[in-house]
This record gives sequence, structure tokens and C-alpha cells, in this order.
Amino acid sequence: MGARSVAIVGASETTKLGVVPDMSQIQLHADAALNAMKDAGLKPKDIDGVATAVETPQQIAHYLGITPSWVDGTSVGGCSFMIHLRHAAAAIEAGLAKTILITHGESGRSRVGQPGRSVPPSSLNGQFEQPFGPFGPPTMFPIPVLRYMKKYGVTHEQIAMVSVVQREWAAKNPRATFKDPITVDDVLNSRMIAYPFRLLECCLVTDGGGALIVTHRDRAKDFPQKPVYVLGTGESVETPMISQMADFTSSRAFSVAGPTAFKEAGITHKDVDHLMIYDAFAHLPLYGLEDLGFVGRGEAGRFIAERNTAPGGKLPVNTNGGGLSYMHSGMYGMYALQESVRQMRGTAPAQIPGAKISVCHGVGGMFAASGTIIFSNQAA
Amino acid sequence: MLEPGRAKPVPTPETQHFWDGTKTGELRLQRCGECSKVYFPPRPFCPECGSRNVSAFKASGKAILYSYVIHHRPVPGFKPPYAIAVVELAEGPRMMTNIVDCEQTPEALQLDMPLEVVFEPMDDTITLPLFRPAKG
Ligand SMILES: [Zn+2]
Repeated sequence: MGARSVAIVGASETTKLGVVPDMSQIQLHADAALNAMKDAGLKPKDIDGVATAVETPQQIAHYLGITPSWVDGTSVGGCSFMIHLRHAAAAIEAGLAKTILITHGESGRSRVGQPGRSVPPSSLNGQFEQPFGPFGPPTMFPIPVLRYMKKYGVTHEQIAMVSVVQREWAAKNPRATFKDPITVDDVLNSRMIAYPFRLLECCLVTDGGGALIVTHRDRAKDFPQKPVYVLGTGESVETPMISQMADFTSSRAFSVAGPTAFKEAGITHKDVDHLMIYDAFAHLPLYGLEDLGFVGRGEAGRFIAERNTAPGGKLPVNTNGGGLSYMHSGMYGMYALQESVRQMRGTAPAQIPGAKISVCHGVGGMFAASGTIIFSNQAA
Repeated sequence: MLEPGRAKPVPTPETQHFWDGTKTGELRLQRCGECSKVYFPPRPFCPECGSRNVSAFKASGKAILYSYVIHHRPVPGFKPPYAIAVVELAEGPRMMTNIVDCEQTPEALQLDMPLEVVFEPMDDTITLPLFRPAKG
């Protein structure tokens, strides 16, 4: 089982998550990287490959004192880290590097040492979207939702259940930003942000970081932690313009990345014990469940409303509380990966007993990109 | 004239014909001479087959409301709540726009309602294509 030959041997988030005004963005990368190296029993000189997004590999390598022989600066938004892991697997299998560090850090809330994001007015986004008033992800990411709801008869209440269920998971997680229970009424009465989405259907904006260390599975047993094997990987991109998505009810990038990872891993949906689907907004788990084939088209709303993804349900999803309740610095994919690794190590706050296979699915930009990783704690 | 504050497009050589069109009251799309694909946004080749044999033409300006959000927070150039919409043109392509002459409410903004293009100048150089409920 599994076509890939690598394992995660170091994994950590930043020491603090949430509001961290005493750290710049690059220091959040470094804090997570140092924690991950400690987790793996490694020093910077032991690392020969570096991958990161937004910050460049040269910034991170130099800051940490690493002289890499392989780098990857793929920066396609919040799923960049899934894609780094895929590229790292290929690089290690090809002998280009032995021990690769993937870092993320983002001062999303405090904005310390964070380069601003702006859309050039001569870009296609700048010419054909920005003049019509979008102002950040909450005004863009939900644009396809009304079409999806109309096509399948999905209700506001069903989408609100995504937030309710994830808060139930967050309640089990001491590091979650929001832990108090919420109801569907709470969600549907929260402040309107961009109809149809209200505040509790939009992700948090916080500070934090995370890092992973990847090596060949043959070396994995030499490290102190229980190895987490990579079984399958997938990636794709579609369009940087949400208005130009081919299908407003399905992500083409999801539909390439997800099935590619399943095929590589040689598993079926029945084999999956735990699932992470990047949830910047409440509709993403619906699109993810359908595009990855866990449910049929239009069935995800009912599937979630019937508590299949909730604590005690048959398919636990976003068990850290997700971007809606755990944390979301802007590029959440790293935190989804960290939760999959914890579940496979058996160390998650809301641990799924006996979980052997975890699928971790990310989005980048606003349906612009996607990366999927399938993990297992079982050596093939 | 639109109220000031919106992000203003800066045309490139590949998109200039589109912005020249809106100034003269034409919504211009492009069609492939090889495979007949009609596409948007502008580029001097066909995104379906890669052919450079493409030409611009005046679209009908007819569309339907495909999807949208209604933003409730202030943005320069806009009075909230305002809809950020995607319309599907009769010729096939979709584009982002705003819906004018229409209440900015879920009740008034029904998916699939027929729309027609109107042209609103930002200044002497840029005119935006907006859409309103189709008359008659
Ligand atoms: Zn063509």
C-alpha cells in the first residue's frame, strides 16, 4: 500500500498560537522549525532541503543557518505545504535531498514583519475583478455558494452545521481559539459579513506557524517519534480568478488533487479513518467531501447535518476545530497537516481511537489551487 | 460617472481592445477561428486550443445572474450592502460585475434572472461594464 517512500519524522506548530504580537512573521517560521527539529532530534546542519511559501527558501534557510542542496518555493496559497510535501517526497525518492524542512509562519492578525498583499491593477484580477468591489477572501471565496445551494437545494441551516460541528471538535482542543458551543441559530444570527455568509461561517484571523521534517521511510525508525508515512499525494491549480472557475459547484483543482492522491495511495474511501478539509469558509468541507468522492454530488450538506463528521460520527472531519474555530493565520494548510500527523501519532487532543489512515486536503487562494496528502501510521 | 474610490483597471496590450470597447458602448468578447470557442478575459490566443487565430466581436450584452455575495462592510467607492456578482453572458463566458437599478437584497437578486449590460464611466479613460435587470 502506498507509492511514496517518505515519512514525517518531525512536526510541530509554533509554541504559541492565536495572538502573538511579540514575534515577526519570519520568527514564527523559525519558532515552528526549531520545535520540529527538536521533535526529530535534529539541528539545522542536519537539514539539506528547505521548502516554504510567501517567505522565500533563501530567507528561511539563511535565517535558520541551513545550507540546502534542494529548495522549493511553491507559493500557491494555503495548500502550498501539501504541495511542498509532495515535491519533497519526489526529491527524496530521486536522491536530491535526505532531510527536508517545510515551514510556515504567518502574522495574520498582528501583522508583524508581514509584507502586505496587493493586487496589481494591470493583472487580470486587477482589471476584471477588483473594480467590482471584492475586498479580501470573505467577499470572494463565497461567491460560488449560492449557485451550489440552488443546484442541490442545500440550505443555510445545513451550511451552518459545518460551523456547529467544528466547534464541537474545538471544544476538545485546549489550543483552539474558540471552544464555547454554538447552535445553528447562533450561526444564522451572527453578524452578516457577505451574504450568504455570516461571521461564524468565516475563518479566524490569527498568528502562528508550523513545520514538518520529511525523510526516507527507511530512516524513519532512527528518529524518536512514531513515523507517519506518506501514502499518496496530489496537486493541481485552476484559476486565480474566482469568477472564472469552470464549475461553481465543484473545484477542478480538488477533483485532480484528491483522486491523484487516492490512486497513489492505493486506498479507497472506506479505508479512511480521519479527514481534514481546509475550511477557510463553511462551504469548503462540502465541496471537499464531494470532489474527493466521500459522498455523491449535492449530498454533503445533509451528510454533515446528520452528524456524520461530528464527534462520534463515522467520518471524523477537522478534528482540531478547523480554520473556523482552531486557528487560521491565512495559509491554514500547515495546521491541517499538523492535525493529521497528531492523529497518526496518536497524540491529538480529540484522538480518533485506532485511526490508521488520515486524508489531508488543502485549498490555495480561492479555489485557485489544491494539494492532498494521505498519511498512515502503518509501514507498508 | 461612478463614485470615486474603486480599484481602477490598468489595461495591457492584450486587454486594451476590451477597454476601448466599453468606452464606446460595446462589450467585446473573443472567438477562436479554429475551434469557435468564445472566451473571457481577453488574451491573444485561444485558451481551449492554443490557436493565435482569434478575433474580437461585440457581444449581445445579454446575461443571467449566475451567483453573488452581498457585502455588508464599507469599501472605497461602494455603499454597503452591495452585491459582487458573477453573470453568465449569453455567449457563454462569465464575468464579475455589479448589478445596478436593483435592490441589493437576496429577494431582489434571484439567480438566473435576465440581465443586460450598461456602461458606467469611472473617468475619461476607463468605463466599467455593469448589469441591470433586463427590460421587457
Ligand atoms: Zn480554439
